[in-house]
Amino acid sequence: MSMKIGNQPFFERVEKNLKDPYMRQAMASVQDRLRGRKLSATVNDESLVDWEMWRNAGEEIRTHTLNHLDVYLEQLSDNFAARGGHVFFAETAEEARLYIQELVKKKKAKNVVKAKSMVTEEIGLNEALEDIGCQVLETDLAEYILQVDDHDRPSHIVVPALHKNREQIRDIFHEKMGYTKTEKPEELTAFAREQLRNSFLEAEVGITGCNFAVAESGSIVLVTNEGNANMVTTIPDTVITVMGMERIVPSWEELDILVTLLCRSAIGQKLTTYITGFSPELEEDSLDSPKDYHLVIVDNGRSNALGTEFQPVLHCIRCAACVNVCPVYRHIGGHSYGSIYQGPIGAVLSPILGGYETYGELPYASSLCGACTETCPVKIPLHELLIRHRERYVNGVGHPKTGEKMMMGLFGIGASTPTLFQMATKMAPWMLGPFAEDGRVTKGPGPLKPWTEIRDLPAPSKDNFRKWFKQHKNSNSEGGADS
Amino acid sequence: MKQGVIQNRERFLNHLAEKLGRGRKTAVEKPEWTYQPQREIFKRWSKEELLNLFIKSAKANHSEVYETTAEELPGQLVKTFENFGGVPIVASKDARFAEFGLESVLSEYGVSFWDIQKGSRQMDSAAAANIGLSFSDLTLAESGTAVFFNDKHKARSINLLPVSSIIIVPKSTLVPRITQACDFINQRVQSGEPIESYINMVSGPSNSADIEMNLVVGVHGPIKVCFIVVIDK
Repeated sequence: MSMKIGNQPFFERVEKNLKDPYMRQAMASVQDRLRGRKLSATVNDESLVDWEMWRNAGEEIRTHTLNHLDVYLEQLSDNFAARGGHVFFAETAEEARLYIQELVKKKKAKNVVKAKSMVTEEIGLNEALEDIGCQVLETDLAEYILQVDDHDRPSHIVVPALHKNREQIRDIFHEKMGYTKTEKPEELTAFAREQLRNSFLEAEVGITGCNFAVAESGSIVLVTNEGNANMVTTIPDTVITVMGMERIVPSWEELDILVTLLCRSAIGQKLTTYITGFSPELEEDSLDSPKDYHLVIVDNGRSNALGTEFQPVLHCIRCAACVNVCPVYRHIGGHSYGSIYQGPIGAVLSPILGGYETYGELPYASSLCGACTETCPVKIPLHELLIRHRERYVNGVGHPKTGEKMMMGLFGIGASTPTLFQMATKMAPWMLGPFAEDGRVTKGPGPLKPWTEIRDLPAPSKDNFRKWFKQHKNSNSEGGADS
Repeated sequence: MKQGVIQNRERFLNHLAEKLGRGRKTAVEKPEWTYQPQREIFKRWSKEELLNLFIKSAKANHSEVYETTAEELPGQLVKTFENFGGVPIVASKDARFAEFGLESVLSEYGVSFWDIQKGSRQMDSAAAANIGLSFSDLTLAESGTAVFFNDKHKARSINLLPVSSIIIVPKSTLVPRITQACDFINQRVQSGEPIESYINMVSGPSNSADIEMNLVVGVHGPIKVCFIVVIDK
């Protein structure tokens, strides 16, 4: 597996998920709760004085850091290596996988424990390690649930197993692990704790992702609630951290701002239960720190955005605040995106990392309402970047015919399935909004392009036909308006 | 100290510089940030106000909090040990246990101190311990957090492996928020002092809301966390 989820075409995935009532209810409920918690911990927290200042600070730090990414990565690697750690720069997922496979083989390790990490999902690391005969165990509770359920895929960046309810989890544990207790979350969690504790103690290699690396001190900072990342970096003799190359801050001064933005925006906590800065051990006789620490810094397509109008997407700190306000994500759910990165950030990032051929439709999974941009703690102009993607896509950047084909397909599919048709009629005003001026679409995308080259198309009304027809019928029956 | 190996760096970073539309740079002066909202938070708060804030935040994080004096600390510790189920207890090797006059009460109670000479047996006993006992190095009022600068004697396992964690918080360690902890680390880094390989900020018992967003306390780390605040200065 890798960044891509499933092989179904985008609209088939959407159609399937729209018919899953539990998923839709779960998405709505999680969005409401996380959004409420974020508001309490950000704009409504008077102790912060002015949340906008924090967002400005985040944007300023991220802009400067990305503009000098080569400098800060050099500093990070120098400081990490000066403490005895090893650093590998991987331009591709394959380079990263091969380096880690070789390392694990050299250690003759068979038991690997992992803390939650999107970038290791992205590069398909678990499968690469299983291919060389390792048992790889996810230790974050949600990731563990997904792994036990035949490697199901995440549906949310922060809460990856939210598409499963407690009864389903009970049944999965029962079927695969012989669990015999009830569906109470406390009992399910206690079972996972017990199962995983022994695995931690037996593991030879621990693998983590990276929330932030601190260039000036050569530290890797992880932000968690469960403590599994701490276990992963405490017990095994060898630890490997895999980081997306952009997840870096110059010093602990900037870390303060970004950790504050992340914890409050992701789950409305002032700080998560564990904020831990790891770096290679200097004391050789310490009993509970890794003897060998490797840092793998991954590009894997991120540099496609560097120096372009898409560079701000690399500011992302993976809080999923944009996911939690997105009306489209609410309806179609995480799996519809076909990428481990969902919601607005996924729709912007996935085509950059994985190309338009695979992810070209994702920028259309947006109403362009701008809620994502408004909530982003580091002020990524997400909806504007979605429009830029659409423009590039329909103009055939890199894929001359696919864009047009996709738009035609979109019309066809939208009209052929009732659920999608209903959604499409709701979304049309927003989707075509950016192309409209004074109520007319003058430069339409895809199949609308030839039409609008000759004449303008009326912009879709915010009242759809069914709604208009119902009102019209009602007013007639009341003996009102003209026929 | 052994120098680590760096691989593939030049090609990788040259590519980034090219993408950024300029030649490779090896140094940059960090700007003075226009926005520094963190500097104003709880700026003029007294230690008393910070203590009240800490207690409120820690309780909100499902931690237990007790206040005591240096004289009453031994009694409070024993009471808390009893409430948490008693021995086996493992404590960090920290000079402050002697400074607070706790050595005899702890030894009488059967508390064992982290000993690197024990090797893997020490790890096994930490994994089997009921309580981990330690001192907070810095304490963050805003978030109800203890900061640990762990080393080979103040081992990282103590606040992680045992079922419960008891953390002694000298009132003098209270600071407003994570800003002051980061500033402290930053100053050390800039003065060339090597920092600990594990700097851990702990805000209560481990927890997860991964099942239907229901908060469950106690996942991989301690199931219970208790802060005992000591009025020391």
